[in-house]
Amino acid sequence: MMASSYNAKEEDGHHSGASSGTGLSKNKKPDNTAFKQQRLPAWQPILTAGSVLPAFFVIGLIFIPIGIGLYVTSNNIKEFEIDYTGVSSDSPCYNCAKNFTWNTTEPCVCTVNFTLLQPFESNVFMYYGLSNFYQNHRRYVKSRDDRQLNGDLSALTDPSKECEPYRKSGDVSIAPCGAIANSLFNDTLVLYYVDSNNSKIEVPLVKKGIAWWTDKHVKFRNPAGNSNLTLAFRDTAKPVNWAKPVYELDPSDPDNNGFINEDFIVWMRTAALPTFRKLYRIIQKKSGTTPTLPNGNYMLNITYNYPVLSFDGRKRMILSTISWMGGKNPFLGIAYITVGSICFFLGVVLLIIHHKYDNRNTSADIPS
Amino acid sequence: MIKVAHIGVGISGQEGMQAVLSSDFSFAQFRYLQRLLLVHGRWSYIRMCKFLGYFFYKNFTFTLVQFWYAFFCGFSAQTVYEDWFITFYNMVYTALPVLGMCLFDQDVNDRWSLYHPQLYAPGQKNQYFNKKAFVSYLIHGCYCSLIIFFIPWASMNDAVRNDGKDIVSHPSFAFLLQTCLLIVVHTQLSLDTYYWTAVNHFFVWLSTIGYFAISVTMYSNGMFYVFPSSFPLFGAARNTLNQPNVWLTIFLTFLLCILPVVAFRFIFIQLRPTINDKVRYKMRTEELTAPAPRRLLRRRSTRSGYAFSHSQGYGDLVTSRKFLIKRPLKMTALFTQTDSSIFQNQPQHYRTIAEEPQSP
Repeated sequence: MMASSYNAKEEDGHHSGASSGTGLSKNKKPDNTAFKQQRLPAWQPILTAGSVLPAFFVIGLIFIPIGIGLYVTSNNIKEFEIDYTGVSSDSPCYNCAKNFTWNTTEPCVCTVNFTLLQPFESNVFMYYGLSNFYQNHRRYVKSRDDRQLNGDLSALTDPSKECEPYRKSGDVSIAPCGAIANSLFNDTLVLYYVDSNNSKIEVPLVKKGIAWWTDKHVKFRNPAGNSNLTLAFRDTAKPVNWAKPVYELDPSDPDNNGFINEDFIVWMRTAALPTFRKLYRIIQKKSGTTPTLPNGNYMLNITYNYPVLSFDGRKRMILSTISWMGGKNPFLGIAYITVGSICFFLGVVLLIIHHKYDNRNTSADIPS
Repeated sequence: MIKVAHIGVGISGQEGMQAVLSSDFSFAQFRYLQRLLLVHGRWSYIRMCKFLGYFFYKNFTFTLVQFWYAFFCGFSAQTVYEDWFITFYNMVYTALPVLGMCLFDQDVNDRWSLYHPQLYAPGQKNQYFNKKAFVSYLIHGCYCSLIIFFIPWASMNDAVRNDGKDIVSHPSFAFLLQTCLLIVVHTQLSLDTYYWTAVNHFFVWLSTIGYFAISVTMYSNGMFYVFPSSFPLFGAARNTLNQPNVWLTIFLTFLLCILPVVAFRFIFIQLRPTINDKVRYKMRTEELTAPAPRRLLRRRSTRSGYAFSHSQGYGDLVTSRKFLIKRPLKMTALFTQTDSSIFQNQPQHYRTIAEEPQSP
């Protein structure tokens, strides 16, 4: 009969889990542990005025000096930018831009004159900047073979499918394959200082030390087995839009030739935004108190190889000094000052609100 | 009634197990219904609503950042995060903390829940997760995604490292956004969790530190040597995280997302405190002492009222009193106790009706 299966259980809530007096059946009561009865010791924070208001004031008081520091640092960074695309007919590179052809044997050279009003101290970094160039387009970003760039011999002759259509040139595989490598920036920029006698002094530009150390020494490696790079790359073709093959990027320096050429490495690090700048050369600081770039007239000699007008892009050259926070960017400083002020003001407002309405919480009139 | 009710509760007892087998919840005494509703039901409702709201919020934030990036990548569906982060985000980095909140969260403990049954009202009125709440989570996610994308975007515009080298490469930008996003969603969860047990602490800190550990491992030399094509973001972690402007950007993003939430909640607590807020505040300032446990002899009812509609049932068996323990009958008055026995967690007493024993 069903009723005989009824158990005589202790129902008193405070009785701990002892088995029933009959001893016939197991006690099905859950354990009276803190975990199973949801009584674990816990920290129960609530938002009180004593915690929120000081937090707002402290944040406000910390942010404003940080913001001022950032803004002053950014203002002390010297930066000079010049667009040399050659869009308007009175710009020096207009002819080079207009008459650009892919099959040119004679490179087009144009010269841009500019003046630095202030001397640049310490190391000066020369960047090239591109605008409206979508290095972050999905098909473009995927179009590379990291194994080939790491020196893998099998990938050298059989690159990844992602590199299509820049994978093979006829029957021969391209090294380095892919659209990113194919669109390597190949303008040459040379800087001259024009002194008071109108004589041109070339500013020494250092081309090593511009790529990330991890890139140069780990990620990018030349194919192994042959220190003669011409032989190492013999079964490959150069990318379609390159003038020279990869082992001729810098024949004078074997540590900067082939895949480990630093200009190539810098270009292969795809930018995240359509307007970007990439490090081109470094101008080392001079010993003593001479400024690295004294103020005065300068001449920039450009070998115009890189066409950007077809997609309405722009090219520019930037000279910049560096600080502990990087390049010139007033945004962080202004943002910190703004947020700090708003925080402080909000703290004051909350203090007023708390002062006027605080009695509501402390009153015991919880409606029943 | 069965069609309209939200849950069905069965009482197991002398009438058998039929109700137990066909109900959602079952227990042995009517008085447990109070605990079921006011304590466990209420906690369950709050946990579910918090869980749902937080899940929607974190996924809105995560996805809308990709949406804003589309305007800057030529609408080419390039992901702003790295692929492995997208895989791990919901499975590893944010799974455990939400689980912890959903299992352990309590706004007030059980004794206070029983003492103030009015706390049950928000569940009945569907206040914590309705269309308005959903839209507010959506707007909150949208706002946070705007901050998480545009503050790093503005800060990294034409930015470089402090040794002049590149920092706005796609891997570094992705890593910065990922870090901002994770810190913001973990802090939002911390604000939502009202009951911090050791398990909650463990899950949240494990997830945050685990993110950094996993990222650094994935972007390290070892993984790159083994799978160069799968881990292309090699070097991003160590070259990004040693830059002060990256950390300053992360800090600014985190505060801009969290401070409005704190300010709003504080203002609402001050201007329009709900019953919940008042009880939590009271719980902090007063201690509700538990009454001393009193063991009272349980009085079992000697009769039960029941009916089977389809068959005669066991009526004769029950009323024959064959298996009842004979106790001395006591005359009990109605309403012997003046204070609430529910509060003291004692069994309630019912008036017993003595019947003439029937001959079987």
